[in-house]
Amino acid sequence: MARVKFLCDADRCIECNACVTACKNEHDVPWGINRRRVVTINDGKPGERSVSMACMHCTDAPCAAVCPVSCFYTTADGVVLHSKDLCIGCGYCFYACPFGAPQYPKVGNFGSRGKMDKCTYCAGGPEADSTPAEYAKYGQNRLAEGKLPICAEMCSTKSLLAGDGAIIAEIYKERVMKRGYGSGMWGWKTAYSDSPTG
Amino acid sequence: MPSVVSHLRSILAPLCLAFALMFAVAAPAAAQLSFKPTDQAVHEDKLLEALKAGEKVTGRITIPDRMAASLIQPAGREWRDFQRSMLPWIGGIAIIGMTVLLAAFLLIRGRIRIEKGFSGRTILRFASFERFMHWVTATCFIILGLSGLNISFGRSLLLPLIGPEAFSMLTHWGKLAHNYLAFPFMLGIATMFAVWVKDNIPSRMDWNWIKAGGGLLRNGQHPPAKRFNAGQKGIFWMVIIGGVLMSLSGWFLLFPYQAGDVTSLQIWTVVHAIVALLFIAGILAHIYIGSVGMEGAFDAMGTGQVDVNWAKEHHALWVEEEQAKGRTPAGAPPRGMPAE
Repeated sequence: MARVKFLCDADRCIECNACVTACKNEHDVPWGINRRRVVTINDGKPGERSVSMACMHCTDAPCAAVCPVSCFYTTADGVVLHSKDLCIGCGYCFYACPFGAPQYPKVGNFGSRGKMDKCTYCAGGPEADSTPAEYAKYGQNRLAEGKLPICAEMCSTKSLLAGDGAIIAEIYKERVMKRGYGSGMWGWKTAYSDSPTG
Repeated sequence: MPSVVSHLRSILAPLCLAFALMFAVAAPAAAQLSFKPTDQAVHEDKLLEALKAGEKVTGRITIPDRMAASLIQPAGREWRDFQRSMLPWIGGIAIIGMTVLLAAFLLIRGRIRIEKGFSGRTILRFASFERFMHWVTATCFIILGLSGLNISFGRSLLLPLIGPEAFSMLTHWGKLAHNYLAFPFMLGIATMFAVWVKDNIPSRMDWNWIKAGGGLLRNGQHPPAKRFNAGQKGIFWMVIIGGVLMSLSGWFLLFPYQAGDVTSLQIWTVVHAIVALLFIAGILAHIYIGSVGMEGAFDAMGTGQVDVNWAKEHHALWVEEEQAKGRTPAGAPPRGMPAE
C-alpha cells in the first residue's frame, strides 16, 4: 500500500484558511480545537510564506513513542491514529509533537485536559469504519470511502497535497523545476527525515 | 458646443498631466525593486539551519490559540529520544541498582542488631504529630512514585501483562491520584522541614560519623550522634531538596504554560523524571534501614517508642539530652521480645 503524506507547497498557499474551515466542518471539530492551521512566516515582509500545517503522520511518530498508555497506532497507509478510549489526556504527545498537532478540549489544569484530538488524515479511528461511534470521536472516515482528506481536496490553489508520498513529492519537484523556485517541503525533514528537494 | 469642448480640455489636460506624473514617479520605484519575491522567499531549510536548540519555526496565526503559531519544533524529537532511551537507563540504574546494592548489603552485613539486646524500656523518639506527618508524606510518596513509574515504564512492564483497557484505566486513575496527592505531599514536605530542620543542621560531629562509616560496616562501632546522625540528615536534606524540586517541576506540569510554552514543559518533565528516579532510589535505602536493615529502628516511626538500648547505641547524645530534660524512660513495661 501507499505511504500517504501531506505536502504544503507554500509558494502556492494564499492563506485563505479554507483547509482549516473545511476540516472543522467535515469532522464537527469542537470549539477551540484546530486540527489544521495556517501559519504565516515573515508576515508582512517581502517573501512571506504561509504554510498549512496539521499532524504530519510522522515516520517513527514521537507522539506514539512517548504515549504512556500506547494509544497510537499506524495504519497500513502510514496514517498515525489514536484511540480516545485508551487516551488519558496526559499531554505527553503534545510535548513530543514537532508540529503542535495534538489538541485538548479542556484548559488543562489538574490533568483535566480531556481526550486528545488531532488530525486523522480523514481516516477515523479504531472503531468500525464510517460508524456513528467513529464519527462522534474522530469525525468522517473519508479514506474508507476512497476519498482523500477534505483539506487537500478543498485547496483552491492546489497548494496542499495529500496522497501517496512518492507521487506528491514528484508533483512538487516538477512544480519547482518548472517555476524555478520552492520554499521547501515543509515539515518533511522533521517528520520523515527525508531530505527535501527544491 | 465649442465652449463645452474647451471646458473638457481644461479638465483633461491636468488629468493627463497627473497620469504622466504618476508613471514618471512609479517607473523608478519599479526599477528599485531588486527583491525577488520568488528566489528570496523564506526557505524551510534556511529556517531550520538557523534554529538554536529548543527554538521553533514560528509565524503568525489568525486563530485565537497563540501557541499554534509555532510551526515546527524539532526539539520534540529529542524529547522523544530522552523518554525512549535515556530515561529507562536512568531508572534502571537508579532503582534496580539500589535494590541490588541493598540486597548485597543485607547478604554481607546482615541485619544490624541491637548489640545489648532489647532492654524492655523505651523512650519516645517521635511524637504522634511527627509520625502522622511522616506517614502522610510517605503514603503520598509511595502512590506518587508508583503512579509516576507507571507513566514512564508501565507501558513496557505492565501493559503486556494486563492488556490495554485495564492498563489505560489504571493509568488514568493513577494520573488523577498523582495530580491530587501532590498537594498533601507538598504540605508534608513543608511541615517536615519546619519541624525537623533544627535537628538537621550539619555539624562537625557528622563528619566523624561519616568517617566512621556510620558504624554501619562493623559491629560494635557506634559513632556518637544527637537526634539525627549524618545519614539521617542526608535523608532529610535529600527529601527536602528532592521534594522542592519535585514540587516546583510538578507545579509547572500541573498548571501548564505558567512557566512558558512547550519547551519549558519538556524541560520540567525531564527534571521531574530524573529527580524522581534518584529520589525513589534514595527512599528505597531509607525504607531498608528503617525496616529490614536494622533491628529496633521501625519502632521510631511505628509506635514512636524506641528501645533505650537502641537509642543509646545509635543516638547516645540525644538520649543524654533527653535524660537531662528529665524525659527518662521510667519504669516502662517490658516490651514483647521477639521469639528467636
